[in-house]
Amino acid sequence: MPPVLVFAKLTVQEASRRRLLIALMILTLIVVGISAWGFNKITTVPRSDGSLPSHTEVVLISSQLLIFVVFMYSGVLALSAAVVAAPLISSEVESGMLLSMLARPVRRSEVVIGKWLGLAVLVAIYAVGSAALELAAVDWATGYFPPHPVELVVYVGLEGLALLSLGLMLSTRFSGITGGVIALVAWLMAWIGGIVGDIGTGLQNQAVESVGIISRLFLPTDGLWRGAVNAMEPDVVLAQLRAAGTFGRANPFAALDPPPFAFLMWVVVWFSVMLGLSIWSFRTREI
Amino acid sequence: MAEPASVSTAAAPTQGAAATAPAIHTVDLSKWFGHTIALAGLSMTVPRGEVFGFLGPNGAGKTTSVKLLLGLIKPTSGEAWLLGERIGDLRTRRRIGYMPELFRYQAWLSAREVLALHCELAPLPRSTWKEEISTALDTVGLSDRAGDRVATFSKGMQQRLGLAAALLGKPELVFLDEPTSALDPVGRHDVREIIRELSERGTAVFLNSHLLSEVEQVCDRVAVVDHGRVIAAGTMDELLSGTAVRVRVGGLDDGEKSKLAAFGPRDDEGEHLTFTKLDIERVPELVSAIVALGGRVYEVAPRHQTLEDRFLQLLHEDT
Repeated sequence: MPPVLVFAKLTVQEASRRRLLIALMILTLIVVGISAWGFNKITTVPRSDGSLPSHTEVVLISSQLLIFVVFMYSGVLALSAAVVAAPLISSEVESGMLLSMLARPVRRSEVVIGKWLGLAVLVAIYAVGSAALELAAVDWATGYFPPHPVELVVYVGLEGLALLSLGLMLSTRFSGITGGVIALVAWLMAWIGGIVGDIGTGLQNQAVESVGIISRLFLPTDGLWRGAVNAMEPDVVLAQLRAAGTFGRANPFAALDPPPFAFLMWVVVWFSVMLGLSIWSFRTREI
Repeated sequence: MAEPASVSTAAAPTQGAAATAPAIHTVDLSKWFGHTIALAGLSMTVPRGEVFGFLGPNGAGKTTSVKLLLGLIKPTSGEAWLLGERIGDLRTRRRIGYMPELFRYQAWLSAREVLALHCELAPLPRSTWKEEISTALDTVGLSDRAGDRVATFSKGMQQRLGLAAALLGKPELVFLDEPTSALDPVGRHDVREIIRELSERGTAVFLNSHLLSEVEQVCDRVAVVDHGRVIAAGTMDELLSGTAVRVRVGGLDDGEKSKLAAFGPRDDEGEHLTFTKLDIERVPELVSAIVALGGRVYEVAPRHQTLEDRFLQLLHEDT
């Protein structure tokens, strides 16, 4: 097996043996169970006049609630970046675990790419698994199914992978604690940057709007999150957002349009740059 | 004193000579960390099949030397070759075993899985893994714990596992960095036996160790490094040709003891003074001097210089 795949396998194996995967699975099942119960209530809780919500109202409420639930899942991925990716290389350097492996015919780039691949597999498992369960539960409870489920999984997965990539890059130089804190703060800052950009759009102020653009260039997590939000919005919600005009955009849980093609291209470039930086940083580090 | 470090005037080994090239050959290998010098111009040659001891106090540059040779860090200047190839060459690493001073292995894997991981990275043909792993575990005495997770291992057992990993694939050169630091006396004895077996089958061993008695028992040749420089090197016979004299003495204070400086470097352990290099002909003179200073001599024991005597003498001379 090529060293890249050996390190990828080792990363997945560690997450599995350290019971991270089983812990996430149990937590996801609990969240899915609770949210299914909650979503079911939307259809059965009567108004003050005793009537039940209409189908349109159920769709409206369910779609908005689903966005908040998925935001929680993206938060789990962000925290995973802090606890899994940020110490991934640094802890093995500090403990000496990597020493005996790097003395083998192994390139440092293979270590970095292998670990990144392992993280990508973990993110994909979590994103696909949790989304499938949650969407199935919501569909069962309310009859609502988001219009673009595949895009939703891809955007949430890429958002998680972006943070994990940042965490991995930081772990080539910083301790796990430092890298984790930086990754988490960067995620929140990018989220706030996106809101500020939206406010700029609402105010039609280009300078404020560019804050959002710049923050998405540095860390595309918020742009990807908006893609996920857009994938979850039914036509009725999009129509209301359009009716609200530019001010309707100043909301981190709303997205009128899917991410532009140029942004998606930038995401590809960003991942390449991040991986390239990680390899360069680790290769030039003295162990 | 022996010549410094088998100092080599030889140029780089030629390509064709790789098969017969020395196990290790360095020319003026230096390493600076910022403004701190870790290794100052290491030049040495370790022949194939030799057990080479690399000694020195903490911070002398021993581990830095090993990491430079393995390509884990880059030299500031100088050149080095392992098995005839320049350091950092990936293919050469297939023929090298390494047990780091900081030995930590994947706690979530079993001992057998850790070794399989190293077989994979080495890389060894899959058909040989079973036998390689079984032999390595047997050699270090971990066969009965092969299926247990590393997390359940004591430090000594982890060190044995590290040694097993270094032995996989019958390497031509093995670096052992403080290989017995966590082992009990039985474990140390086992490691000495393993090193002897390696030497018998023609494997060169580069042994970094603080345990001088251990080095003395297994090494063909040693180099003593201090402040990043090799201050002495040679075979045991070359290094330990002198005599040491241990004296049990009373009635001397530190000031009076310092007046015995003419008798060479001295290891002061209270009432026991060891003159680490003193010609046996000067023993009567030494006793007279102690008595003249008001001291009482209870015992005088000349002996062949041990590596510890020599080591302390060299460090004394170096400061």
